[in-house]
Amino acid sequence: MVSVAILGAAGGIGQPLSLLLKLNTNVTKLNLYDIVNVPGVAKDVSHVATNSEVTSYLGPAQLAAAVTDIDLAIIPAGVPRKPGMTRDDLFKINASIVKGLVEAIAENSPKAFIGIISNPVNSTVPIAAEVLKAKGVYDPKRLFGVTTLDVVRASRFVRDIRPEIDSAGLRVPVVGGHSGNTIVPLLSLASTKVDLSQKEVEELTHRIQFGGDEVVQAKDGAGSATLSMAYAGSRFADSIIRALNGETVVEPTFIPLEADAEGAKEIRALGAGDLEFFAVPVELGREGTKRIVPLGSVTEFESAAIKVAAEALASNIATGVNFVKSSSA
Amino acid sequence: MFATRNAIKVAARSFSTATPLRSKVAVLGAAGGIGQSLSLLLKANSRVTELGLYDIVNTPGVAADVGHVNTLSNVAGYTAKDQDGLKKTLEGAELVVIPAGVPRKPGMTRDDLFNTNAGIVRDLAQACADVCPQAKLLIISNPVNSTVPIATEVFKNAGVYDPKKIFGVTSLDLVRASRFIGDKLGKIVDVPVVGGHAGITIIPLFSQVEGLELTKEERDALTHRVQFGGDEVVKAKDGLGSATLSMAFAGARFADSLLRANAGEEVLEWSFVRNDLFKDEGLEYFSTYVKLDKDGVKEVLPLPESISEYEKELVKAAIPELLKTQKKGVSFVNGN
Repeated sequence: MVSVAILGAAGGIGQPLSLLLKLNTNVTKLNLYDIVNVPGVAKDVSHVATNSEVTSYLGPAQLAAAVTDIDLAIIPAGVPRKPGMTRDDLFKINASIVKGLVEAIAENSPKAFIGIISNPVNSTVPIAAEVLKAKGVYDPKRLFGVTTLDVVRASRFVRDIRPEIDSAGLRVPVVGGHSGNTIVPLLSLASTKVDLSQKEVEELTHRIQFGGDEVVQAKDGAGSATLSMAYAGSRFADSIIRALNGETVVEPTFIPLEADAEGAKEIRALGAGDLEFFAVPVELGREGTKRIVPLGSVTEFESAAIKVAAEALASNIATGVNFVKSSSA
Repeated sequence: MFATRNAIKVAARSFSTATPLRSKVAVLGAAGGIGQSLSLLLKANSRVTELGLYDIVNTPGVAADVGHVNTLSNVAGYTAKDQDGLKKTLEGAELVVIPAGVPRKPGMTRDDLFNTNAGIVRDLAQACADVCPQAKLLIISNPVNSTVPIATEVFKNAGVYDPKKIFGVTSLDLVRASRFIGDKLGKIVDVPVVGGHAGITIIPLFSQVEGLELTKEERDALTHRVQFGGDEVVKAKDGLGSATLSMAFAGARFADSLLRANAGEEVLEWSFVRNDLFKDEGLEYFSTYVKLDKDGVKEVLPLPESISEYEKELVKAAIPELLKTQKKGVSFVNGN
């Protein structure tokens, strides 16, 4: 019995994501919101033969209704990258979008879990946090940046060079953030031991970090990852949904580290330092983040990568925080 | 009575990696509205070993995107600009799913698409006959009532026709029928839908659903809603197209039925295929109950004797319409 709102449901990610969540039999209500085209998307998706009720919400006048009585909001809204753009280039547009959407959630479903896909996640999650704090409803256990696609890519790319490995079963923890060198795959901690040369580690790491660019390039101006992002977003949503239903689920995600201050000590010591946010493997429960799953020891290469990531993240986080602070000034 | 259908599970955790036979699936029209989501669902299906994606544009981008999904299959995307692109897409394919073509705008019937889509399907069918004549063809491109005859004539002319292997995908009508009675029944069950895939040729057999009691008004309204479910979406999309997401789901579900049959499961489906159920009327195609095996159609079953008088009337009314669209498709290829 879970109600999910997808904000940005008529977009490139939103549409296949809506389909995948319609197929999730644990979802009972699906609220699809966007500023254009969503009535058509909702009507389409509503024909899929599963039990959930699909409702369309079009435009800012219907946003409040879209996010009332929901358990989970997934936010893919915003514009995608074109070749040559970094995720930061999207910032100005997507920052306002995310701010407005999270304000509505704060006002109408303050206890909802929020999963943010809109890039740059390293900044939009801090934006969401600041909005929730300003509204007095902030719960660090209920806010998540969706980094699942990096994890999906990590296992897929490992398989590309080691075809004998079952990539669907392979789990590679990915920590840090969700762009370029803030993405730190911990290949040494993969669930199945993979023998990689140092060169392979470096190449894989780079490929995972810039997997998004690979798709932006291949789409040649037509957008960024939509289908694989929908797949990853749906997987993330499913983890939250199962946790809401009482299951204990582990999902890697970008969270406020104060959600588990004790558990965060390990990643802080590994290089996250005093950062407010960092992606870590998280054990989820009915209240959201239950605890950060301990990692163990990392290699020198990974340790150095974590430190580089932390430095870049510090600036991304500050950008997000400052955006909210200066718009309310 | 019916083989239980399992809804396609796309969450990564529910995959069994112990599935035996795996197969290559080609999608022609993979960068379109249906094609993209269909490609994703097929990528997520652990029975698919390899995915070949073809379209006139944008397929490399779709392939790169979908290729990042961490299931076992490898994905390659080709466009018309790639040398032998279509050939490479089709080589070794077990299934070829064809959503290629243009969608309806408000006010259009599926038949209105004929002029554009007939040529597309003819040309793609020709390529299939040349490169992968053993593959099963799953035709989504509308108007299905004509594009299936078109593909058939192409295969006949090429001398490679096997009536067990060409399917018009009607699954979305089945999905809609299940969905539309879902609230009344309190659950989702299979509803057989027979006939064809346009307007009054779509015949839901509500009489066959155990436990379903409908008043005459409800029956008429539901039948009409299933028949014109496609129009509902075309209208709601207001010029932007027709069903894409639900069609992708339905297409992927039917492809999965064929893959399961290929792996040795006993599968009962409904599909627009060649049969002699209405031979006397001159009809060569009718969507009916079909048992599937690794060669495609194992057995075509006649309509149940227990269908209602109302449903028998619907069948009667559908036949002349189906004859018309069949002839249109055949003439398009053979010119007579």
